[in-house]
Amino acid sequence: MRRIGEPVLIADRISLAFGGIVALSEVSIAIRRSEILAIIGPNGAGKTSMLNVINGFYHPHAGSITWKGVTRRRMRPYEAAAQGIARTFQNVALFKGMTTLDNIMTGRLLRMRRNFLWQAVYVGPAEREELAHRAHVERIIDFLEIEAIRKTPVGRLPYGMQKRVELARALAMEPELLLLDEPMAGMNVEEKEDMCRFILDVNDEFGTTIALIEHDMGVVMDISDRVIVLDYGRKIADGPPGEVRTSPDVIAAYLGEEAAPHSPTARVPSSSRNARSAGRGPG
Amino acid sequence: MRRGVSLAADDCPVSEAHDAADTFPKLLLEQARLRPDRPASREKDYGIWQSWSWAEVAAEVEALACGLLVMGFRRGDKLAIIGDNRPRLYWAIAAAQALGGIPVPVYQDSIAEELAFVLDHAEVRFAVAEDQEQVDKLIAVKERCPRLEKMVFSDPRGMRHYRQPFLCDYETLQARGGEFARSNLAFFRGEVAKGQGGDTAIILYTSGTTGRPKGVVLSYDNIITSAKNAIAFEGLTDREEVLAYLPMAWIGEHIFSYAQAFCAGFCASCPESPATVMGDLRELGPTYLFAPPRIFENILTQVMIRMEDAGWVKRWLFHYFLGIAKRVGLPVLDRRRVPVIDRVLYWLGNMLVYGPLKNTLGLSRVRVAYTAGEAIGPDLFNFYRSLGINLKQLYGMTESSVFLCIQKDGAVKPDTVGLPIEDVEIRIAEDGEVLFRSPGAFQCYYKNPEATAEAKRPDGWIHTGDSGFFDPDGQLKILDRARDVGRLDGGALFAPKFIENKLKFFPYIKEAVVFGDGRPFVAALVNIDLEAVGDWAERRNLAYGSYQELAAEDAVYDLIEGCIEQANRDLAAEPALAPSQIRRFLILHKELDADDGELTRTRKVRRRIIAARYQTLIDALYLGRSSGRIETEITFEDGRTGRLRAELAIRDVAMASLASAPLLLQEAS
Repeated sequence: MRRIGEPVLIADRISLAFGGIVALSEVSIAIRRSEILAIIGPNGAGKTSMLNVINGFYHPHAGSITWKGVTRRRMRPYEAAAQGIARTFQNVALFKGMTTLDNIMTGRLLRMRRNFLWQAVYVGPAEREELAHRAHVERIIDFLEIEAIRKTPVGRLPYGMQKRVELARALAMEPELLLLDEPMAGMNVEEKEDMCRFILDVNDEFGTTIALIEHDMGVVMDISDRVIVLDYGRKIADGPPGEVRTSPDVIAAYLGEEAAPHSPTARVPSSSRNARSAGRGPG
Repeated sequence: MRRGVSLAADDCPVSEAHDAADTFPKLLLEQARLRPDRPASREKDYGIWQSWSWAEVAAEVEALACGLLVMGFRRGDKLAIIGDNRPRLYWAIAAAQALGGIPVPVYQDSIAEELAFVLDHAEVRFAVAEDQEQVDKLIAVKERCPRLEKMVFSDPRGMRHYRQPFLCDYETLQARGGEFARSNLAFFRGEVAKGQGGDTAIILYTSGTTGRPKGVVLSYDNIITSAKNAIAFEGLTDREEVLAYLPMAWIGEHIFSYAQAFCAGFCASCPESPATVMGDLRELGPTYLFAPPRIFENILTQVMIRMEDAGWVKRWLFHYFLGIAKRVGLPVLDRRRVPVIDRVLYWLGNMLVYGPLKNTLGLSRVRVAYTAGEAIGPDLFNFYRSLGINLKQLYGMTESSVFLCIQKDGAVKPDTVGLPIEDVEIRIAEDGEVLFRSPGAFQCYYKNPEATAEAKRPDGWIHTGDSGFFDPDGQLKILDRARDVGRLDGGALFAPKFIENKLKFFPYIKEAVVFGDGRPFVAALVNIDLEAVGDWAERRNLAYGSYQELAAEDAVYDLIEGCIEQANRDLAAEPALAPSQIRRFLILHKELDADDGELTRTRKVRRRIIAARYQTLIDALYLGRSSGRIETEITFEDGRTGRLRAELAIRDVAMASLASAPLLLQEAS
């Protein structure tokens, strides 16, 4: 049974501006071990900027990030990746001409110990290493139920499947923190239900900490342990879904204006709800 | 070309000689002794084919059986098996049989209602389920099945928070069984030895085109005799490769992948997942293949769609050589005389088209392929045969342990089902119904004496409900379900299945239901094939948002009208069938679905239910209206229901006159 633990990532008073536009102003976020944290907010609220700051793609102008007890002003994306932070993107960023299998294998790159010369000759240790990585990738393929598209070039897959491959590639890094930028955008109900189930399963099976941005309020309220609401680069709420949903600030800033399309009473996928209740059972 | 019966006997003397092995557990132990290291089960997992030898399978089954015993399974208990094809589920069948229990496989896509009925009716005490999905279904119906005590699950994924005391993990169960087996070495063999050929081997529920499922009780003698007769007939050996991919609750799957594998000692391979069957088929290259017509239809549709994407040279080659195959393929396969020039062309076609095509489809090594389950369209049938694939028809049903008639190599006709095989007697009743007597004849319908008495008469003949006759060569020809064959108002013969098969040969038509009995003319409800028509629409920049929208497109109506006109020309070529040309049709707004009760789980059309559901549409067809309104209830995959409303256009089709020349159907694609 997974337990939500101490904060593993603390972003302290982060500020970020592009020219005159303030994307984030003094936002503090703590992500706790093994939780599912949702970051929501209207368009332009700074959600993706926040993820970009966390994985080192943007460098904040003020504030600091503490990841696993080490505080730093700036971290480069590859350093973040090497230290166990993986992410997926709002617009699918896969190698379209490569197969699903090869795309996921690239997620193992940082864990390859042999240099390219060893790999080119592919004998002894290099072969053993490759086989071990392939075995790991196959476990992920099995986990995400994408056996049927193992050898299919990614460009030929429907959008929902590409999203799943991207998740697989992020998982191949064996991340401690997984950042998902709108994992369910553009999906139909069935694909969303599947994705919800996989996110919950990842969190449940591997204890992976997950921070996700999502617009579907049904999904957010259903699968997250905690919700952070951003508006115009400021944090206006932080708490369990039920609490956030009733917060007057949030209603005013976000849900209130667009209550109808984003109503939290939107249909909640039944499968994920089941998975959720199972995941939260006693024991 | 094929090995004869005598050769086969030399190849596998075992299955003939040892009559002592009269149950499947005994056969398992015998195979483990004779071919301990030959593969028995195979499954693709983590991208790799994993194999178990006969000796390993015997050990697995022993441990599992002992585990079941420790859990409380007793002689005569029923064990439900539910899931996709997995070696462990096949072993569960053998384990239950070893303990003198009765396995009851259930269709893995059954909705809760059907599942509850079967489990309750069969008085199932234990169940083995593949994964969380099936366990959830079992838990949902447990209330309604008071006798269901314990459930075993094979895949632990997602199950770690389930705390129900009646759940047990397959590996834990087997480990407990293994311990028990080590301290009771003679127990398993002792239990196996208690089994007799006359005991009940299995209860298979037939989905049936009408009413509630019926549980067909088959004995070991029924299944083993039938299986062995067919093995001898085809000369099957322990080197065959089969892919076990059809529902385990279907008699065909049980015979081909379980019974015959145990009798002949060959290996049954399970695909990685239902979605990977085509790829797995190709990797495996089966030598012995069985598939219901819809699978062959799907494959053809896929090929035709993909050929549309090919360059013009390939497309031209493909169509040119398919034309050659259509002309000379059948005589070549049947070893008849063919002019030298045609032989050369066919050989060339084989190098350039047929060979690569068969390889892509995984059909290169096929020695014997059966289409079973229901009648196949002659054009579809000849298409595969003309490529050099030895596709044959057989006739049988759950009640006969499958094999009644099989076509002999070299004497294959598209419209017959062959000669009765050894030990089988077939007679045509005065009203045209097919009756049989055979060693495979079922024991009874479980707890349903009325139905048993109706099918199994005191004189020993079993009534099949099919109508048919023997052609001049002595081959049996099945017309249709006896009660479906009717007459048009004018008195002309009306055989719906025959017409529907003609329509279904077109890649764009997935399903068709025709009406005409007691009516002035024939009218059809058509289901388009989403994949084929979707692809066709895409090429024409035709935008559509859903199945319903696509089905209502005018252009799609034109397309289907073209197909039906062609089918009409074909029907016109046969004087007896000319009056049953299709005069009006409409395209349904939803796919016919087993979840809605419109198809059986093996995807046969349930005519009566469809007629009742779409009554308003059928009325509109016959009242000459230009459209029909329909409101239907649909069942979602999770069992919830909703309503769907639609206004469907109706089209008239031109009828072909008797004189017009029959066109070749292949050109339609």
